[in-house]
Amino acid sequence: MKIMSYIKTLSVFFLVLLATLLIAPLIGSTDISLTRAFSTTLNNSNNIDASILFQVRLPRILLGAIAGAALSVAGAVLQALLRNDLAAPFTLGVSSGAALGAVIAIALNLNFTLLGFPVISLFAFMGSLGAILLVFNLVRTRHGEFPTGILLLAGVTANFFFASLVMFIHYLASLSQSFTIIRWLMGGLDITNYDTILTLFPIVSIGILILLFVSRDLNLISTGIHSASSRGVNVEKTQKIGFITASLITGTVVATCGPIGFVGLIVPHIVRLFVGPDLRILIPASTLFGASFLVICDTFARTLLAPTEIPVGIITAMLGGPFFVWLLKRKRPL
Amino acid sequence: MTPLKMELENISFTYNIKPVLNDLSVFIQENDFIGLIGPNGSGKSTLLKVMSAIIKPDSGSIKFKGSETRNINKKNFAQSVSWIPQGHPMVFPFKVSEVVLMGRHPYLSPLSFESHEDFKISQRAMQTTMTSHFSDRLFNEISEGEKQRVMIASALAQNPELLLLDEPTSALDLKYQIEIMSILKDLNTNHKMTLVVAMHDLNLASRFCNRIILLNDGKIVSDGTPLKVLQKDILEEVYGIELDLYSKNGHTLIHPTIGK
Repeated sequence: MKIMSYIKTLSVFFLVLLATLLIAPLIGSTDISLTRAFSTTLNNSNNIDASILFQVRLPRILLGAIAGAALSVAGAVLQALLRNDLAAPFTLGVSSGAALGAVIAIALNLNFTLLGFPVISLFAFMGSLGAILLVFNLVRTRHGEFPTGILLLAGVTANFFFASLVMFIHYLASLSQSFTIIRWLMGGLDITNYDTILTLFPIVSIGILILLFVSRDLNLISTGIHSASSRGVNVEKTQKIGFITASLITGTVVATCGPIGFVGLIVPHIVRLFVGPDLRILIPASTLFGASFLVICDTFARTLLAPTEIPVGIITAMLGGPFFVWLLKRKRPL
Repeated sequence: MTPLKMELENISFTYNIKPVLNDLSVFIQENDFIGLIGPNGSGKSTLLKVMSAIIKPDSGSIKFKGSETRNINKKNFAQSVSWIPQGHPMVFPFKVSEVVLMGRHPYLSPLSFESHEDFKISQRAMQTTMTSHFSDRLFNEISEGEKQRVMIASALAQNPELLLLDEPTSALDLKYQIEIMSILKDLNTNHKMTLVVAMHDLNLASRFCNRIILLNDGKIVSDGTPLKVLQKDILEEVYGIELDLYSKNGHTLIHPTIGK
């Protein structure tokens, strides 16, 4: 890979994200005027345009960008680690694992932070890591491969299993908790404020940087663990770093936004068409494009049935379902 | 006496209570071109993986140029020894040139990009293996013979002194078999590379290798020049079938006896 083309390609993805972040806040069920929003003559409490822009739309858009980036990178990394391009946080049951962890924390009213880390996120992280380890150990053949059929079955099983536990907890929960849980399970970006973003941003950024640091090792693992090992890659260490970090960024995002499906499957596929499978560029490009993608989906979610806002998880799942079918069909040997 | 490249002493390896390598010792000398032969399940692939430090044996010692391999840093070891697996399944659409460049991994630090030097070395490796003209194609879309040559190029990009190959010719037709073996012969004679090649085709081994090791049940049955190892009685006992042996141009040719 040459450094100049690397920078050029990433600049294009960056400009797409920048454009998305500038345009999306202007679109919504209420028309807002920028001159009024930035007006200095009106005071804050009277300035409706400013409060819609800065208190409602902007935090939601930033959250969407962070969530989209995290889920997309997690998808790209899981696909490389499992050497299967149908792997993603959602298809492997990693998101449901995170959901289970988060629902347990919600049901136990664990609404506090531990060393600056929200306990709900911590539970979601443990849930997603548990799901990854379950699928990894269940599917891996003695040659270290992950056949598609078994991988998907394991994902479906994990999804059903975690969903049943979520339902069980849901059933036992009080009415108000039950409402929180069901609303959250739909996957949405609407319940947000700047504090949430300030917690999520550093965790997701550090996670992505760690994955970028091992990206060349991940490239080699994506071609086979034995040949990676013969090229000097510490396979076990890289697998651990990859799985833990992917779980961490998935878990923190799911804890806040609920299980937003299929983003981690769709985005790496689209990005790979443009930049190829080299994770040194696939990871940063998926970060930028994943962020744009989820913000765009959420803009549709906010405006499609305006003034009603539908959860963005519904939009991504409606796009992701057919996309997944297409991938499966293409993958099947003739 | 030629210097020793690799010394394996009393190597044992057990997979799921089944012994695969059984107290086996081999000394690889500089510039050897070793054909590793033996029936399926005799331990050829496992021995290559032990030599390339992919798997650790349960017991025994492995020295590379005099020092214990377990004390050698993984990346440093990969700068001297490369290994080429048997099949090359590739899930993701990497280009041929990208696959070859991956051989430079042991020379690069994290987050760094390949330098001009790395590109030059990869290009030279592709010239040696006659793969330059399709370097922009996708690895998944080339033929088996071409894939094998690309894998050799990628291994050469590691700049190895010792090259280990697991059945490089078994999926190929006659023309490609000879092509691959000729490339290996060239590396051995003109580039002073030491090679260990696991193979099934005894005639190819006889024709190209200067030393043959015959394995059976994780043990070495015979080790020496092709003329010494390729003996009717030993081969018939190990493979369990009747064989006819001929001599042509100083090489032994082996044919299964059919319909007598």
